[in-house]
Amino acid sequence: MAKDEYREFRLVGTRPDRPDGLDKVTGRARYGADMTAPGMLWGAVVRSPHAHARIVKIDATKALALDGVKSVVTRADFPEGLTGEDWNLQENTIAGERALYDGHAVAAVAATSRFLAEEAARLIEVEYEVLPHVIDVDEAMKPNAPVIREGVSDATVPEGMSPNVVRKIEFGNGDVDAAFAAADLVMEKSFKTEATHQGYIEPHACVGQMGADGKGEMWVCTQGQWYIRKMCSAVLGTEASQLRVTPSEIGGGFGGKTTIFMEPLALALSRKAGGKPVKIVMSRSEVLRATGPTASASMDVKLGMKKDGTLSGVKVEFRMQGGAFPGAPTEFALYCGLAPYTFGAVEAVGYDVIANRPRCAAYRAPGAPMGSFAVESLLDEMCIELGLDALDVRFKNAVVTGDRAAYGPKFGSIGFVETLEAVKNHPNLLAELGPNQGRGIAAGYWFNHNGETSVSMAISEDGTVQVSVGTPDIGGSRASIALMVAETLGIAYEDVRVNIAETGSLGVNEPTHGSRATFASGKAAVLATEAAIKEMCKRAANEWGIEPEAVEWKDGAARPAGPNAGQFPPMTIKEIGAAMGSTGGPISGHHESLPDGVGASFGAHVVDVEVDPETGRTTILRYLVVQDAGRAIHPSYVEGQYQGGAAQGIGWALNEEYVYDDKGRLQNSVFLDYRVPLASDLPMIDTVIVEVPNPGHPYGVRGVGETGITPPLPALANAVRAATGVRMTHLPMSPSKVLAALKAR
Amino acid sequence: MGILKVHLWSGLRRFAEGAEQVEVEATTIGTMLDGLKAAYPGLAPIIDAGVSVAIDDEIVNGSRHRALAPENEIFILQKIKGG
Amino acid sequence: MSNIHVTTTINGDKVEFLADPRETLLDCLRDKVGLTGSKEGCGTGDCGACSVTVDGTLVCSCLVLGVEAEGKDIRTIEGMAEGGTLHPLQRKFIEHAALQCGFCTPGLLVASKALLDKNPSPTEEEVRYWIAGNLCRCTGYDKIVRAIMDAAAELRGEAA
Repeated sequence: MAKDEYREFRLVGTRPDRPDGLDKVTGRARYGADMTAPGMLWGAVVRSPHAHARIVKIDATKALALDGVKSVVTRADFPEGLTGEDWNLQENTIAGERALYDGHAVAAVAATSRFLAEEAARLIEVEYEVLPHVIDVDEAMKPNAPVIREGVSDATVPEGMSPNVVRKIEFGNGDVDAAFAAADLVMEKSFKTEATHQGYIEPHACVGQMGADGKGEMWVCTQGQWYIRKMCSAVLGTEASQLRVTPSEIGGGFGGKTTIFMEPLALALSRKAGGKPVKIVMSRSEVLRATGPTASASMDVKLGMKKDGTLSGVKVEFRMQGGAFPGAPTEFALYCGLAPYTFGAVEAVGYDVIANRPRCAAYRAPGAPMGSFAVESLLDEMCIELGLDALDVRFKNAVVTGDRAAYGPKFGSIGFVETLEAVKNHPNLLAELGPNQGRGIAAGYWFNHNGETSVSMAISEDGTVQVSVGTPDIGGSRASIALMVAETLGIAYEDVRVNIAETGSLGVNEPTHGSRATFASGKAAVLATEAAIKEMCKRAANEWGIEPEAVEWKDGAARPAGPNAGQFPPMTIKEIGAAMGSTGGPISGHHESLPDGVGASFGAHVVDVEVDPETGRTTILRYLVVQDAGRAIHPSYVEGQYQGGAAQGIGWALNEEYVYDDKGRLQNSVFLDYRVPLASDLPMIDTVIVEVPNPGHPYGVRGVGETGITPPLPALANAVRAATGVRMTHLPMSPSKVLAALKAR
Repeated sequence: MGILKVHLWSGLRRFAEGAEQVEVEATTIGTMLDGLKAAYPGLAPIIDAGVSVAIDDEIVNGSRHRALAPENEIFILQKIKGG
Repeated sequence: MSNIHVTTTINGDKVEFLADPRETLLDCLRDKVGLTGSKEGCGTGDCGACSVTVDGTLVCSCLVLGVEAEGKDIRTIEGMAEGGTLHPLQRKFIEHAALQCGFCTPGLLVASKALLDKNPSPTEEEVRYWIAGNLCRCTGYDKIVRAIMDAAAELRGEAA
């Protein structure tokens, strides 16, 4: 299927202006909070100030007495009897019997102005009975830990563990004890990472409207409008097709906007207020307290290595808490942390644990950064112990196409060794390092994902093309999809317009997640285009009076396939479009599927740091990202994904963390204290795009969004080790922590 | 119908009498999963909650009707999504 | 609380609105005047997505009250292009792919224009420290810094 083997590209691989660029540099692009509707009310949410508390009573009398307050909702306004994930969603949307974390929504109010809604929210009186809480994953697993909820654990959890342990993941092969016995060096270490937030700059925002008949509309910033539709309908007990969800432009998501938070509250408030639209815009503090974040992790790793650097065995136990509901991405931490290498024997155990924190949402390669941090840090330490070069050891153990992954199946076409080659040849590796400076190397992996995909394209009367996709454009996917469609048709890039469809105009689509938009919507768009090309060839054949099989499509026109087909001048897409009203009607192409042929992506990062021995501050001197893209459709946006992933990983490694007080309340719910990387924290981020085309995609695309957040955690820890001699095993490596470690040296 | 060999992740093995690899008579992903559930009822809640299936070198989601043959190498994995 | 009548100039046009005295300039721009190009990312002056200029001074409009706009000259992202012609910064942001989600982009453009108005030849370090008050979570800032440096060169009349 890979066309790259025989085709030169006219557009794929070029860097045209993105179609939505003009709107986004002029302030015209409309995001979640930019919508207003006639008669609109403003909503505000009452949130628990306690980490864990029984809700004794909610009294909204004073709030409802205010002029202009139109509705108040509590859990009593939502249907009972939900089970499984639907119940989880409802319980996280609005607390039932107990508030499960600081920031958990307990009530919501709609009023005629934002100030009035906020005032009314303050007047809603909630009586709490504070319960014991637990925040830390290892504490939550102890037998005497406060129990978040009974009966959550699934069948994988052995009897006798705390009810807070909700899933156990195990896989392995071979005899690890024998492998360790045969190794020249066996080391084990424990690692911890703290919860971080996706940190999209756009807070969650929506305008929701729903009548008593259950028909509704929603405008919302989301990675997946169909997920919003399905989840809101489940939580509200309404029919999915009666809710039409229109995605706004989205101000970043990184996984955090693949689920619902306050959206059902807006709809419930609207329904109770006679169908008036209700707008809810979260504050930054609400975003940090009640949405996102990722899991925190506590991890033990044991590795065996031969003197020449060959890995002989690995044993890992990862424990991760993902907030008050199941879903910590422990399995992905295990899979991805172990993916890059052939280990020989493998024994992997993981636990998914609940605690009194906000429910974790997906965050860019969920779990992978933590797993890589643990495994790649210990691998680095062993290279130092044996006096081996870190890059050589990675080459020696790197997986290649057809190798078996630690978690079982074989890898399809992958480009990890090609990625390591590009690292080896990069000039950054020749840069001289001074005192207090060090270099760290680490690898990372993400599977990439296909997902439910529905795309429609149509030829316009002037021969230009519109494409409707269901995956919101977060980082330039309109451009990459337009490039692929224009390439396939042989027309100009500018003649293709890519629209992000609302739920009423396409079949179901999964969100823009799993690095899938350019892979899955792109592949579906190409297949939809091929269907339209077939129809255009048929129209030409009918006009010429020959068989459709005797017509081929080339460079934007239908042409006789060979001398035997007859002598006809090419019929261009413009001519076919102009005539279609009289040749059989509209011409369009569709494709609906779970696109197969997903290609996984490996990356490797190299960072040079300087650690200030007086303050413990780590300064990044140079940063290199190398990753296999399969094929870069629009290289600028591929580089952008690499650089953005690296920056988020750098934040995770050096500064970002959720800080709780002894009562389990989040202490740093503003950007001043939740410290994401600033422009002044970073150097230019060098990138190399490796292209080992994915045979499962018409243009070789793998998906590039997620892998890049994985290597920075261990790469920075390895660089700090090289600069200082200190192995940091607990992220973030904030200046105070590094300084303490330096003093203890 | 062919006899398929299906690898289970080790956490599932205790629901399948400890076997790392089980045999199921099936021709598609869907009939394979149904067959597993029928033979080992302890697997049902986990399969129903959602799993991915690796067929040879590809991880597949949600394709119950995809054909399987005895020569395929089949692994049950935790469901793969992403951020 | 009764609203206060405010007369101000926004992007060269005389504008009047009624402001709740508690309301920020950002809220007034977005909800009263309908200029939603300035964004709220934090409401605490940390992210810079709401950057505008007031009488030529770069501010976070979430930290300014709407009533303070009285008699002032306010410039927002909506006034940056001259008619149909983009400011070189806007053009360079598109050319360099300096935006992914685009949410921080208006604030970054307003802030970087304020820099270039003051300092036409900033070093990379000066650019990085000037825009340190504008958070971007998508790009890692690399392409943003390049776009600003390139726009500065163009404005100085240097060939790119």
